[in-house]
Parts: sequence; C-alpha cells; structure tokens
Amino acid sequence: MTAYLIRRVLYAIPILIGVNLITFILFFIVNSPDDMARMHLGQKRVIPEAIEAWKVERGYNLPLLYNGQVEGFRRLTDTIFFQKSLKLFAFQFGLSDSGRDIGYDISQRMWPSLAIAVPVLFVGLLLNISYALFIVFFRATHIDFGSAVLLVILMSISGLFYIISGQYLMAKLWHLVPVSGYREGLESWRFLILPVLVGVISGIGSGTRWYRTLFLEEIERDYVRTARAKGLPEHLVLFRHVLRNALIPILTGVVAILPLLFMGSLITESFFGIPGLGSYTIDAINNQDFAIVRAMVFLGAVLHILGLILTDISYTLVDPRVRLP
Amino acid sequence: MPLIPVVLWTDALVYLLILVALGFALYAMHHEHLRAPWRAVIRSPAGMASLIVLAVYGGIGILDTVHVRLRIEQAGEARYGPEILSLLDLALTDLRTRQEKTYSAPLATHLYAKESILQPDGTLSRDYPRLQYGGAHLRDPGTEHARDIAGRSGQGLVEGLALWVLISTLLIGGLAYRQRQPFDQLFGQILRGQTEIPWRLALFTLGLILILASITAELAAAYHVLGTDKVGEDVLYQALKGIRTGLVIGTLTTLVMLPAALLLGVMAGYFGGWVDDLIQYLYTTLNSIPGVLLIAAAILMLQVYMNAHADDFKSLVERADLRLLWLCVILGVTSWTGLCRLLRGEALKLRESDYVLAARALGVGHFAIIVRHLLPNVFHIVLINLVLDFSGLVLAEAVLSYINIGVDPTMYSWGNMINSARLELARDPVVWWSLAAAFGFMFVLILAANLFADVVRDAFDPRLRILRA
Amino acid sequence: MHFRSGWGLAVLSLILGLTGCGHQSPWNDPYPSAESGANIYYGSFAERPKHLDPARAYSADEYAFLAQIYEPPLQYHFLLRPYRLVPLIAGEVPEPVYLNAMGDPLPKDAPPQAIAYSDYLIRIRPGIYFQPHPALASTPDGGYRYHDLDLRDLRGIHRLADFAETGTRELVAEDLVYQIKRLAAPWNHSPIAGLMRQHIQGFAELAEQLGPWLGSPPLERARALRAARLSGVEVLDRYRLRIRIQGKYPQFIYWLAMPFFAPMPWEADVFYAQPGLAERNISLDWYPIGTGPYLLVENDPNRRMVLERNPNFHGERYPSEGMPGDAERGLLRDAGNPLPLIDRAVYSLEKEDIPRWTKFLQGYYDVSGIGSDTFDQAIQIDALGNPVLTERLQQQGIRLLTAVEPSIYYLGFNMLDPLIGGDSERARLLRLALSIAVDFEEFIAIFANGRGLPAQGPIPPGIFGYREGETGINPFVYGWRDGRPQRRDIEEARALMHMAGYPNGIDPQTGRALTLNYEAVATGPDDRARLNWIRKQFAKLGVELVIRATDYNRFQEKIRNGTGQVFMWGWNADYPDPENFLFLLYGPNGKVKYQGENAANYANPEFDRLFEQMKDLPDGPERQAIIDRMLAIVRADAPWVFGFHPRSFTLHQRWLSNAYPNQMANNTLKYLRLDPADRQAARIAWNRPVLWPLALIGSLLTFLVVPGWLAVYRRERMSAL
Repeated sequence: MTAYLIRRVLYAIPILIGVNLITFILFFIVNSPDDMARMHLGQKRVIPEAIEAWKVERGYNLPLLYNGQVEGFRRLTDTIFFQKSLKLFAFQFGLSDSGRDIGYDISQRMWPSLAIAVPVLFVGLLLNISYALFIVFFRATHIDFGSAVLLVILMSISGLFYIISGQYLMAKLWHLVPVSGYREGLESWRFLILPVLVGVISGIGSGTRWYRTLFLEEIERDYVRTARAKGLPEHLVLFRHVLRNALIPILTGVVAILPLLFMGSLITESFFGIPGLGSYTIDAINNQDFAIVRAMVFLGAVLHILGLILTDISYTLVDPRVRLP
Repeated sequence: MPLIPVVLWTDALVYLLILVALGFALYAMHHEHLRAPWRAVIRSPAGMASLIVLAVYGGIGILDTVHVRLRIEQAGEARYGPEILSLLDLALTDLRTRQEKTYSAPLATHLYAKESILQPDGTLSRDYPRLQYGGAHLRDPGTEHARDIAGRSGQGLVEGLALWVLISTLLIGGLAYRQRQPFDQLFGQILRGQTEIPWRLALFTLGLILILASITAELAAAYHVLGTDKVGEDVLYQALKGIRTGLVIGTLTTLVMLPAALLLGVMAGYFGGWVDDLIQYLYTTLNSIPGVLLIAAAILMLQVYMNAHADDFKSLVERADLRLLWLCVILGVTSWTGLCRLLRGEALKLRESDYVLAARALGVGHFAIIVRHLLPNVFHIVLINLVLDFSGLVLAEAVLSYINIGVDPTMYSWGNMINSARLELARDPVVWWSLAAAFGFMFVLILAANLFADVVRDAFDPRLRILRA
Repeated sequence: MHFRSGWGLAVLSLILGLTGCGHQSPWNDPYPSAESGANIYYGSFAERPKHLDPARAYSADEYAFLAQIYEPPLQYHFLLRPYRLVPLIAGEVPEPVYLNAMGDPLPKDAPPQAIAYSDYLIRIRPGIYFQPHPALASTPDGGYRYHDLDLRDLRGIHRLADFAETGTRELVAEDLVYQIKRLAAPWNHSPIAGLMRQHIQGFAELAEQLGPWLGSPPLERARALRAARLSGVEVLDRYRLRIRIQGKYPQFIYWLAMPFFAPMPWEADVFYAQPGLAERNISLDWYPIGTGPYLLVENDPNRRMVLERNPNFHGERYPSEGMPGDAERGLLRDAGNPLPLIDRAVYSLEKEDIPRWTKFLQGYYDVSGIGSDTFDQAIQIDALGNPVLTERLQQQGIRLLTAVEPSIYYLGFNMLDPLIGGDSERARLLRLALSIAVDFEEFIAIFANGRGLPAQGPIPPGIFGYREGETGINPFVYGWRDGRPQRRDIEEARALMHMAGYPNGIDPQTGRALTLNYEAVATGPDDRARLNWIRKQFAKLGVELVIRATDYNRFQEKIRNGTGQVFMWGWNADYPDPENFLFLLYGPNGKVKYQGENAANYANPEFDRLFEQMKDLPDGPERQAIIDRMLAIVRADAPWVFGFHPRSFTLHQRWLSNAYPNQMANNTLKYLRLDPADRQAARIAWNRPVLWPLALIGSLLTFLVVPGWLAVYRRERMSAL
C-alpha cells in the first residue's frame, strides 16, 4: 500500500511538469512579456523604458524556454519557464503579477468556494439518492416513468437558466435574499442560500438518473432477490442491501471530485459576486495575470491527481477484495 | 448562374459528417448486428419522436450550412456580392431584412419603449411608435390586431393540417404498397397504435411540428413572432440561426477528435507496454488541466493567429467560422480523453479475445488486426459517446459564451443570445423574449437529444440489454 | 422514507428562521444589520483599482479612492465654473516666475523663446499631519518602532491593521520633494515619468542616476532615493520648496492638482521596503498613507474597500462660494461646515451591471450610473428633449445629475496607411465623405441613449477653445439650419466619393467595392450590434468594412504598430486645458514613431507650429484665434471622424445631499452629506419580502412529499400481504 502510494506520487511529477509546460506554451503563444507589462502598467503614457524595467523586476526579461546566451545547464535553467516553474513544486506560488501573494489569496478565497461547493455536494447527494431510491421503490410504475421524463427535462435545462431566473425571482421580485455579494462569518448564509439552491437544482437531473441506474443494477443481483424472497420489507431491502452495496461506487465517485471542490465554480461565483477561487481564475484570465493562471492550473492538476489516488484508496477501504498492485 | 456556392471549413466538415453517416447507414443496412439496435431505436416511441424532432433541427441546420454568394448585376458584367449567405438566409430574407429600431414584443405592432415623436405640427410627444414592419399592414392596430392574429393563425392551422394530411396519406400509401397491405387496414392499425414502428406517434409529432411551423410562417409574414432585440433584429431569425451553431458544436467536436481518440485509445489497449504508458501519460496530463483554462488560452491563441494573418480572413463570416471550428477542436481536446480511456479498456479486453489471438497466431499484421477486428467492435462505444456528449456540448456553448470564450460574438448562437439577453431582465418592464426563445429552442433540442441518447444507449449497450431482459 | 418529510421540515424551519431574523433590517440587506443606522456611504466599483501608489495610479477607478486619501498641493473648486484651481495643502496657488538662461527673472509677458526656466514656489501649510500609520510609529527613545522588522516580528501579520501601534508626524516640504523623486525612480513605473522628464529640471538626470539600483533590494533602493538629489526641486525651508521647470509649461500647474504630486513621507517607502512585507501584500500599492479626509481601513479589492474618517485630518470647510443658483439648489446649505461630513464609506465590488442596478433601486447604493440597458427604466426624454426621471424613480425620490464629460470618442484614420491616410487629396476627400456618412447622432441615440454631444472638433465644451453655436460647427460635416447643426446629406458624401475616384464606393483599380479594415475591441454582448452599426455606416457609401475584432491588448498593439486603418478610441482629459486635447493630433506625439498619444499619427507642419505657439499662451483672444485656426486645419484634413463627447448621467438617492458633478475633481466624497434615518426607512419600505412564493413552494413540497410517503406506505402494506 505504502509502496503503491509512493509510486503514484512519483508518477504525478512528470504529469505536473507536462501540465506546466502546456500551460506555459499556451500562455506565451498568446501573450508576450511585453503585453503583460503594458497590461499592468496601465494604458496611458507608457514608455518603453518602463516596460523593460517591469520585465527586469518580475523576471520576465529572460528567454522563454531556451537561453542561447549562456553555457551548459544554464541554457535550460536561465529561462522564464524554469525559474517560474521550480517553486510551484514546493507549493510556493510566489507573487502575482500585480504583486500580491498568491498563496495567501488562495488560502483566503478557498473558503467561500467551499462554502458553496460543500453544501451543494451534500444536499445534492442526499436529495438525489432519496429521490433515486423513491423511483427505484416504484420501478416499472407510472411514478418511475413520470420521474424519468421529469429528470430528462430537468437535465435539458441550461444551468444559466436556473441562475438567471433564480436571481430574478428570489432577489429582485421577492426581496428574499441579497442579489449578490458575500460576507464572512455567520451572516454568509443569506448570500449562500441562492447559489446553493441553484447548484442543487441544476444537479438533480443527471445526479438522480445516475443513482437510479446504480440502484437498478444492484437490485437485479441474487442476494437482493434472496433477501426479498425471505420476506424482508421492500424499504429494508433497499436500505440494507441495495443502498449499502451501491455505496461503493457512490463513495468513490464523491471522493474523486472532493479535492476539486476547492476550485470553486466559475459561473456561479462570478454571477453571484462570491470571492472564491472560481472568480479568482476568471479574473486572472481577464487580467492576463500569468502567475495566478499558472498557479491555479497547477493546483487544479494536483487536486485532480489527488482525487485519482483517493479513489484508488477508497476502493481498497470499502471493498477488501480490491488489492492495489 | 444567379449564385455561386461557398464552402466554409465547418461546412466541409458537416458535409463529411453527412457522408460518413450515410456510409455508415449503408454499411449498417447490410449487417444484421448493426441493423438490430437501430431497429430497436426506431421502434421505441421516444426514439421515434426524438428522431423526428432532431431531423427537423438537422434539416434547418443543413439548410443553413449551404452557403452561397449572390450575383449582382453591375454595369452589364456579372459579379458576385461580398456577402456570404446560407440557403436558410435566403429563405428567411424577409425576417433577416425587416429590421426595426429596437425592442418590440412578440407579435407587437408598436415599439416596446416610448420615444419622442415629432408631430406634424412641430411639437414633440412621447409615445410608443409604430413598428416599421411588424403589423404594418394594419390601419388601426387597436381594433384589428387581435382579429388579424387569430385569422392568420387559423389560416396557418388549416394549411398545416392540409399539408399533414397530404404527407400522411402519401406515407401510409407508400407503406401499404411496400408491405402489400390494403390502405384502410394499415390505416386502422396505425390509428390503434398496433404497428411495430410507432407510426401513430410519428405522424402525431410530425403533425404538431407542421401545424406549428405553418402558423409561425403565416404570422411571420406580417409580424415578429418572437419579437425583436435591442437593435431591432428578429428574434425568431436569430434562434433559427442558432440551430446550426448548436448542432455543429454538438457533432463536429466529437468528429474532429474522433480519429485521434480512436487510434490512441485502441493502440494503448492493444499494444500495452510503453505505448500504453505514453498515451496514458498524454491523456492524464491533458485531463489534469482545468478545461476552461485550456479553452480560454486556445481561443486567445486563435485570435492572435487571425490578427497576424488578417488578410486571409477578409470576411466576418469566415473569421467566425474558423473560430467555431477551433472551438470544436479545443472542446474535443478537453473531452476526447474520456472516450480514449473507454476505448483503451475495451481494447484491453478484446486483445485477449479468441479471434484476435487467432489472427495474431496466423501472422496477421498489427495494423490489420486493429482495423479489421478491433475497430468494428468498439464502434458502439464511439456511437454511444457521441450521442451522450451531444447535449452536454450544446449546453457548454452557452456557458462558454457567457465568459466570452465561446463562439465569435458576431455569430448567431443561443449562447450569445442568452449572454446579451441576460442584461434585459434588469429592464422594467422586462424584456423576456430573447431569453425565452434561446432557452426554448435549446431546451427542445437537448430534450430530444437526451431522449434519443437514452434509446441509443439502451439499444447498443449489450450489458444493459441483458439487464433489462 | 423519513428524510423526505425531513426535507420539508427543513424548509419550514428555514421560513421560521428567515422571519425570525429581526425587523430592523430587510432580508435582502447585503450589509450587517448593525450598520443600518450609521453615517456610512455605500458605493460600488466595477474593477479593482490596480494601484494605490500615487506615483503609479492613473485611472478614474483608482482616483475614486486615492483622491480621498492623498492630497496634492492644489485642488479644483467644488462649485465654481469654469474649473478653477484653489489651494489644498499649499498656502496659495503658485504663480510661476520666469527666468532667462542666466537665471535672471523676466517679466510675466516675456516671449516664450526668451524663457529658459519657470520657477514654482510652493508653500505647504503648517500644521498638517499624516494619517496614523505604523511606518510613523515611534519608540519612546524617538526611533521608529517598525523600521527594523525581522521575520519573527511579522508572525501573525497579514494586513497593515495587524500592526499594533501607529504614529504620525507633520507634513513638510521635504515630503513633496520626496514624492517628485519617486516619480523619477524607474522602479516606481510612474506613467508620467516620460512627460516630467521633459519638463522638470534635473528629472532625467535623477532617473539615469537611479538606474543602477533597479535590480537592488527594495530597502537599498529606498535609501538611494532618499539620498539622491533632484536638482530642479529645492527645499527652501521646512515648509517651502521651489520646482524649476524647463522653459515655459503653463499646464504644469494642473499636474499639481493630481495625486502624482501628493507628498509622501520617506518613512513609508523604508517601512514597506522591509523584507517580508511585500510577500504579505503589505505595500504602498495596497495601503496608502496620506493627509486627506479619509484613510483606507480595509482593502480587499475582491470584495470591498472601506474608507474611514482620518482622525488627524487638518480640517477644511465646505466652500461658501458657488455659482448663481447653487444656493437655491441647496448646494450651499453646508457652507462653512467642517469637512468631511460622512464617517465611513464602503465600496463593494460589483462586476455585473444588473446586481448593481438592482441594489441601487433597493436602496443599498447611494449613487449609481445608468447602463444602456437600464436607461429606459430610469430616464425619459420630455417634450423639450430634456431628460427626466421616470415616475417610479421620482416616487423613490431619486435625483438625476447630468454633465458633459471632458472626453471625446472618435473614429480615427491611420494617417500612415497608404489608402486612407496621407496628405493626398484623394484620401482627404475619402475621409471627409466618411466623416459625413458615419452618423454619430444615431450612434448616440442607439448605444448611448442620447447621452452624448456630437463633436465638432477635438475640444469638448467646458474647455477653453470650444465655441458654441454656428461658429463652432465643423463646416465640412455639418450645416447650420433651424438654429442647430445638421449633418450634411449623404448625397454630398457620395459626391465626395465620386470626386475621390471611388464612384459608388467602387475602387476602379480592382473593380470591386473599396474595402477598409476596422480594428475593434469586441468582448461584450453589446459589441455585435455596434459592429453591425459601424459596418452599415460605411456601406452607405458602398465601402465594405472588414471588422477585425480582438481584445484590448491586441488592439493597442495594432495601433502602436500602425497596422490598422480605421479604429474607434477615446480620450479623457487630465486637466481642463485645450492643450490636453490638441496634443492628441500633434505630429511629434505620433503613436507609431514616437510612442505618443496621437493614435491617428496625424502630422501637419502648420498645425504643429500653431500647437507649439498655443500651448504656452494664457487663455484669451490670442489663444482662441490660434485654436480656431488649428481646428480649421484638422477639420479639413479629417484625421478623425470627431465622434461625440459623452454626457454623464448619475443618479442619487434622496438621502444624499451636496452631490454635484465635478468632472475634474475626484476628491468630492468629503462634501457629501447623508441622512441615514431616512435611508433606513426607505430600505425597509422598498424591500418588504414577498412571502407567498415561499408558502406556495412549501405547500407544493408538502403536497408532493405526503402523498409520496403515503404511497410508499400503502405499497409496502400491499406487498406484505
């Protein structure tokens, strides 16, 4: 187990280097360091000397990937790519191009993101599983059929629709919640209730369908039939056998996305003005702040890999038959 | 010739897609194991109904794909106009050119906002001005408006019904001839819903669409059926134009990345070893990058390229088209990894199957094995993936347009409509029709696609088939 | 399935919880209920200010904060028009003393050629103290408390407020000198460094001298800067300094009213330069130190910025002098009262238009602009063509203020382009024809809701040189009919096209329609409509316009490289002087050749000669005559289609008084007065929660859950039997 984990972590390194290289190339095809300097120095009366000075100060005066000016190893290390990537692996994100400490910003901004993502996940889980059990309980009846149609309809509605109409009704017409914004502490629930609601509702369609399929698969198995034949009431069959056995895929599914909750939701956060990591990313793209973009991509990749590893581990924990190679 | 055809990049790919689909259909017709699932699709009511809806959308999309330039006579010599139009544009010339000044509600005769109107006596008054085109034939809109709309709807209804009866009769007649049954017997079976293929539902769906379409057409001749937007453009026209964009994104995205996903996935599974490691590394890396960031970077990249080669992209339509194609490619890059993984798993299994082992023992080359034995057997996965991805991609377009990394802002798409219309909800009184039209058109397409995807998956996925039995 | 009814319970308790949460503030109040009765101003900002360092900041959204915190020597009078400079921390508005090359004083009316230097003597008023700041905190033995920090001291410190102690000291002339030196320091990236280098004596030498320190650690840089000498700026005594300008530069006085010239204590630079602070986002760019009426207590530009009354403020009184009519409008009610009148100002980040507007209507913002989409809802045009508020807003007591902004939007032609630019007669006629064809009146009507004034030349109203009435029109594009300018007929433009050799827009060489490239910045949803509109304008003359839309960066690059043909851009005045607009067309200011602000790269020797003459003249008939000649030249050459001067419309809630549009002054927060009790009453009245939807949804859920539960129960029974 430990050996496996070490191997997985080591395997993550080339992936992260690859991720970093791709981000780097994509970004600098689009932006030259000169562009970045102009962006940060403002629009009016910018002189070339100021741009040079900015580049020197931020370390963007080196060649991008290969430095032909120097000898030996330094041909590769005296480059923007090497200088800027190395520290990432120690999770030192450094300063953003606007001069702020990225690590601190991330540590501050992940809480609002989590404050939305975690309730959405768990309320959604509870609601979707309950509804799926309900449907399975009534399988092959009108309730099943009607629910199937309802779920497809729910799935076919664009998430933007929920956000736009939710904001319009709840905040503008009915004065129930603030239109947008965020405040730390206990009073944050008033700002969170609408985004969480929207998040849960937009997930019902696909979520419930997925759990329904899981349960249906489980319900056809022999042990379930046996249990039923023994005269166990249907709801106990569902709870004791079907749900318990279906928990494995449910749990591993949740574990895989758990780390990514930190990244926040791009659209929801920018619509509701929530200062989380999602809106941080969007702003960074718009402001061409490469340092932040790179840090967020790196973080996203790390969390993604973490999710994969956690999934593997949770498999072994919930199902002893699975053994990691 | 009054027009010359123009083939844009996405047009070419759409034609290719149609060719591939036709080829596949021909192939499937001669192979029973492929025919059976399709038969199951056709025979399911949901499959039939959604297929008809999809066909209507597809038809509009194809009409909008054939692009031409019109000939304009100039001093005796023939020349072609600079504007690139599609057949749909030509068919909807009225809708396209009847531009009002600004917002007007669906079927309205007056603008939605008051304006200062210069009276004949030189004074200014504030009132809702009459529309330039919408209901312009009415002398006194106050009294004639409702009657005119009712009359036109009625006329549309009758025309639609007539058309439907005609088509139904021809169809049933044709069927009766093919199945060598008396017409009235077949008619009775269809009426009672006793046919194997749900013809009753099919005809019902068709009838509904025909009636709706002809009523809309009647009304559209004199009104803006879905109102007009901020600059007075007809919303119905925009929504119809959005169909092609949605379809192209939904289908081409999978198509453009299909060769890579297919080849790499099957190769990884079949060869194993370092090939497998390399390919796995490739897709894990790509998969680890948050998709939105990748798309944003790619779209910006394209803009840089287009600015560097500005002379190659003279017309707006071409630029928008290339951006659409690029968006498909980059969406493909972010979504092919899932398919690749599935294919790898399947190939891994098939590698150990008897016939592959036998072929290898007989000394058949790797390439031949992949093409002859593996590809046909993973095809159902590709198909299921294609239909399942479709609706997600159409929805993604809307979201991407919201953060300005979607299709070109000058392109007609539902995402762009929603994006510009979300500001309209803040108006008082609310302007809801652009938003409603975009969401409505999108909803119908995605609903149909989702239903269709369900049916296709059930029909093709053998595991589920066993489960259902 | 108990959890389903449990969910219904949760909703119910939620409803109870909502209703229970107090009556003193509405449910949708985005602010803490404790603040509800306080004398706090609530505003919003759309984009986070990038810089709060006065040496770097140069945009309106930055000045909105900076001007409340920092005080330059001069300010614009709040009420008097035309704009007038009055002293702020200076004792009086300095009068330049002209000197010849020998250093001998010259009379006021000396010819500009004879003037080698101009001296500005600035006297700082004694008794002005800096805001409380840790950089100035002292130890009992007179040293600086926080000037020798090591990493251990910084534990637990993330914001400036985490430093326990603060201190202050009196403002002296040295501080202003230090700030001017900061402008020259290359690491400060001051946007006006390039400009000041041409004017302030010794500025360029100082910049050269400081160059070697560019790569040094910040602390060394700060020390070097403090030790360096700027030869043209001299401290005379504790409160007086003299700035020596090369030649004559009358516009210099206006720069003294901008935050660039706000005094800065050297202690601040030394304090912020200490290692470890920058890593904690504690820098001058984030935490200002000024003498103004407010200080920044919270800087979270991702959420909100909070200003609070500066306890050390030197005190200023509300002006008692206004324009005729100001007293009637209640603008002088506070005359002579001590400023500032508001205790705190909270600015929230509001990126989207809709939430901001909605919150304004709900009473959560005190001031709002009007977006194009909300315009109809707010404004109607009355029978005389004047804007008035809609009934709904009038009922809410909201008031409207309008003013023409000292800015211009124009459609520029790249004069370096062989087709559209150059001084050939053919290109000139083409540009003139296009000037007539592009109907900016329609543009204003559609895209700005009429909030603009079609421009007759580069100079906006309110700036010297602008002429009202028939003499002020651009005769090539407008005629004077019925007492107002009327755009010339499109047929005249077509005739010009014919004369230019493009009959019906056909280029005889290719036999095809003339094609021009339009460089556009397209990012928002409204852009498509605007681009379509522009294309239609050119199509009137048969010219095909190819739109090349990109982001703002690319756009700037294309303008810089001169690869574009036609583009739309704008300029916002730095100071109310015609020089600040005419220099946009001054040849040696060309974008491509000299990296200046002349984006059209227009260069006309006669115009340039007149410009050099005009810039040194005082306002008066002589200057007006030269400006008239310059305008005649650019109107004939038409390097721009003079677009329009935007008219700003701002809305104010009824509880806010002393709001008055002043386009030059940014430090107007101190004049505002609030009535918090009235505001709270209005908020409660305007935001009564609508409860029936909650009840409806609640009962709907009950109707779904109860039968569902019953059905489960019944089925269970049946299968059990």
